Amino acid sequence: MPEKYHIEVKPTSPRWTPVGKISAIEKDGCFGCARCAKKSCVYDIYRNRKFDSKQMCDTIDYLCKMCFRCVQECKGRILSRAVNPEFLQLGDQYWKPNIIATIWYQAETGKIPVSGAGYRGPFSGPGFDSMWTDMSEIVRPTRDGIHGREYISTSIDLGRKLVRLEFAKDNSLISMPPPILDIPMPIIFNPFPWGKINKNVRLALTNAGFSLGIPMIIESEEYFDELRPYDSIIMPQFTPKSFETHKNILKRVRLCEFIYEDSIMNYVSKAKEINPQVIVSIRVKLNKEAEVVAQQLTQEGAEIIHLYADYQGKEYEEASPRFIKDAIRKVHLRLVEMQMRDEVTIIASGGIGLAEHLAKIIICGADGAGIDLPLLIALECRLCKRCTNNLSCPVEMENIDTKWATQRMINLIGAWHSQLIEVMGAMGIREARRLRGEVGRAMFFEDVEKETFGQLFGGRQKDGK
Amino acid sequence: MANNIGMEVKIAPSRFRNPLSKYIIRRSPRCTKCGKCVEVCKFGVHQRSGVAFCRAQEHRCIGESCNACIEQCPEKALSLAVNPLTAVLGDYRWTSDLILSTWYQAETGKLPPVGLEYKVGNSGGGFDKLRFKFPKEKFNLKPEEISTCIPLNRKGDNAHQIEIGIPIYGGGMSFGSVSLSTMLGKAKTAKFWNTFTCTGEGGYPEVLNPYDNHVITQVATGLFGVREQTIQRVRIVEFKYAQGAKPGLGGHLLGDKNTPAVAAMREAVPGTSLFSPFPFHSVYSVEDHKKHVDWIKAINPAVLVSVKVSTPTDVDMVAIGSYYADAHIIHLDGSYGGTGAAPDIAKKNIAMPIEYAIPKVHRFLVAEGVRDKVTLMASGGIRTAHDVAKAIALGADGVIIGTAELVALECVRCANCESGRGCVRGIATTDPELSVMFDAEWAAQRISNLLTSWRNQLVEILQHLGMKSITELVGKTDCLYHIDYEEK
Ligand code: SF4
Ligand code: SF4
Ligand code: SF4
Ligand code: SF4
Repeated sequence: MPEKYHIEVKPTSPRWTPVGKISAIEKDGCFGCARCAKKSCVYDIYRNRKFDSKQMCDTIDYLCKMCFRCVQECKGRILSRAVNPEFLQLGDQYWKPNIIATIWYQAETGKIPVSGAGYRGPFSGPGFDSMWTDMSEIVRPTRDGIHGREYISTSIDLGRKLVRLEFAKDNSLISMPPPILDIPMPIIFNPFPWGKINKNVRLALTNAGFSLGIPMIIESEEYFDELRPYDSIIMPQFTPKSFETHKNILKRVRLCEFIYEDSIMNYVSKAKEINPQVIVSIRVKLNKEAEVVAQQLTQEGAEIIHLYADYQGKEYEEASPRFIKDAIRKVHLRLVEMQMRDEVTIIASGGIGLAEHLAKIIICGADGAGIDLPLLIALECRLCKRCTNNLSCPVEMENIDTKWATQRMINLIGAWHSQLIEVMGAMGIREARRLRGEVGRAMFFEDVEKETFGQLFGGRQKDGK
Repeated sequence: MANNIGMEVKIAPSRFRNPLSKYIIRRSPRCTKCGKCVEVCKFGVHQRSGVAFCRAQEHRCIGESCNACIEQCPEKALSLAVNPLTAVLGDYRWTSDLILSTWYQAETGKLPPVGLEYKVGNSGGGFDKLRFKFPKEKFNLKPEEISTCIPLNRKGDNAHQIEIGIPIYGGGMSFGSVSLSTMLGKAKTAKFWNTFTCTGEGGYPEVLNPYDNHVITQVATGLFGVREQTIQRVRIVEFKYAQGAKPGLGGHLLGDKNTPAVAAMREAVPGTSLFSPFPFHSVYSVEDHKKHVDWIKAINPAVLVSVKVSTPTDVDMVAIGSYYADAHIIHLDGSYGGTGAAPDIAKKNIAMPIEYAIPKVHRFLVAEGVRDKVTLMASGGIRTAHDVAKAIALGADGVIIGTAELVALECVRCANCESGRGCVRGIATTDPELSVMFDAEWAAQRISNLLTSWRNQLVEILQHLGMKSITELVGKTDCLYHIDYEEK
């Protein structure tokens, strides 16, 4: 058994009071009771309450566990709860307030979110919410047999694989196996779609990636010398232009990425001339052409194809864009059909916000995922996008301490790692590598709905999204 | 027997001083205490005590659809608004309306007057999109003529012939995960309704002895509290192979909830976290399962065997396998229910909603020609009487409820059951201070009141459909339509 991959999570308090889900209401008319309902809050919320004068918020909005006992027990009936409009405004259509709150929780605690009382969300939804993973059952014990969770591996390989090995007459190997990099989580750090990355944040990302063994993509122009000790996880990103000026970085790294354009493979060869051991990823925009491009690149010998959707997981340049999971599934199936899926590594990025998204995109055919915004959210980003207009950041991203930020990101990935193991264990899958394309471990809303209700009720009017 | 089951309805008011209400009424200082409001309100919202007014009983108010006091107050001193609290109470599945209407039914045994939705939630799929299609024809069926009984042993073997009074029984919640009052309240209700409750995995507390005939003992992977005596005492034994809310994962009782009493029952060390492994390490096939069944039958030959499974894609295969391995009852537990603590990623993701699993299994069992030889029970997201009827119309014989019972006991679905000392409302906890917030009598009355209201609704649905027995509704999907679909 290989050495166990262990992520050291540590409780790391937020710097700012997180935006609470509710607002506490308190009307006039307190009787001054000796046994005040506030004192009997089992969670001591009132006792620990503080007013954050900088953010103008009451910690109760964040801390209250919503058991409503104080509301129901106050003799003056002056206590109540309502929604916090600020919470509802967090994020956007895709990055919903609950996703953001979940990421904050994980970055703070490093723990798997656990709760009682069943599932509370909608029946299904758009995007990843229209897909369920599936688990093993009595008559169909787990595919890989039963294992303790310590035997479940989340690692994947980056790079190209040979279809077959060729041997000479004297049984010596002729084929030259291309370089392969084994990474312990099916994740790479993708550049943030926005947000000013200052040096501290960059160093934190690098530190986190380094201690987790997760590669980090960085535009080659942004590389600076202090990053040198971490070269083993650094994945400089080039355009043909920046390649000329920054190609020297290539000598030190194990991975790099080129932004796709016609005849990009020439640059890949140039990169290999500088460092034959470097594994090259090609960053391809996810749009209608992606399938064809992926097929072509695979035929031409690409090692990694990194398909990126927009930050909400939508494909580019389409009036009614497909969601990343559907588009990736198409690419995957195409390569399977052409019998070359195993030769190439596919990374998908855009819209991966929860651990379940990671599992689901792998089931849909990616080997791994690029994540970006969740890392920024781990640093308390509120997705207000003020920074994109050069306005001040409400959580002062510029004043972040590197050590704190590193731990927050490690906590997030730690929580995701545990969750990935949790679902893989339940599905009876022992390795993330074997989860890839395993749609037998998934159910898609459209299919199940059609198969059951479709048979009973005829044609569906609305698409249910 | 059909109609003299259940407990007599008695008002079982909220344990709390301030009931939560959908509407709030404000009385401005303009009020001259003329008493008009007391006079016009049919629901007793306004009451006097001497010259002064009591606080408005807002939870009885039916809102804008009435508005009588607001309009008729000569001083225009009253105003009505939707309580902002309703926006933070509940969730997609259990909306604040559903919680409040369930509370109302648990308190009074009746449906709430207008103003509260009591049939569907807001999940946007499944039961919440299905409706009954009633024929125009009027059937002259009196409620007394309608039976809601279902048999549990359809195999026709030598095991107990059991019929339950309503197509509903209580799901497994272990001692440890819920308080003794909750467990006992459930058992009392089960006796009155001639139905069952389940111990869950965590042993069989002595106080349940008088209810032996209405208790299902659960054998789950941890085998906590499973003994020969507990299997001999009961008429039904349930194997829990998986649970819908976290299939593929075992049970988990956090250390804080493992109090000395709980630990004694489970033969474990107090304060340690207790994990039930997954899966049964002795069951990897239907044949292995058969051995389990034989083992139980050797100890208690007349016992009915129920097999509780979750809902994977091939749930139909699982069901048929369980049938051939001698199960009397197949209990499908869908993904969206559950009362215990589970990782959110599991709750949301790893199984099929029950609304799909029921027709799938029903159809398969019919095709195999064994549907009438086995009882199909469904659970995992049954919240209302209408859910019960829909589940049956989709193909189940009956349902198993859990969360609905807890809501009857004033659960607000805050989801904190797993943390710290457990439920601060005294339901899902064994904390010495919190678990005595109510007694079993009150609990039984509340759950029973809810069932009275549910049964009345089931009877009404059957009346509209012209069916004399709930068993006629099984698999009658043509009584249903889906609001997102064109009529077939
Ligand atoms: S219980 Fe209510 S009225 Fe009494 S002191 Fe506390 S807040 Fe004031
Ligand atoms: S609602 Fe419950 S958790 Fe929140 S402050 Fe009141 S008693 Fe405490
Ligand atoms: S909080 Fe707002 S301003 Fe700060 S990084 Fe995030 S989006 Fe930019
Ligand atoms: S902790 Fe909350 S969700 Fe759990 S039983 Fe109590 S009231 Fe219900």
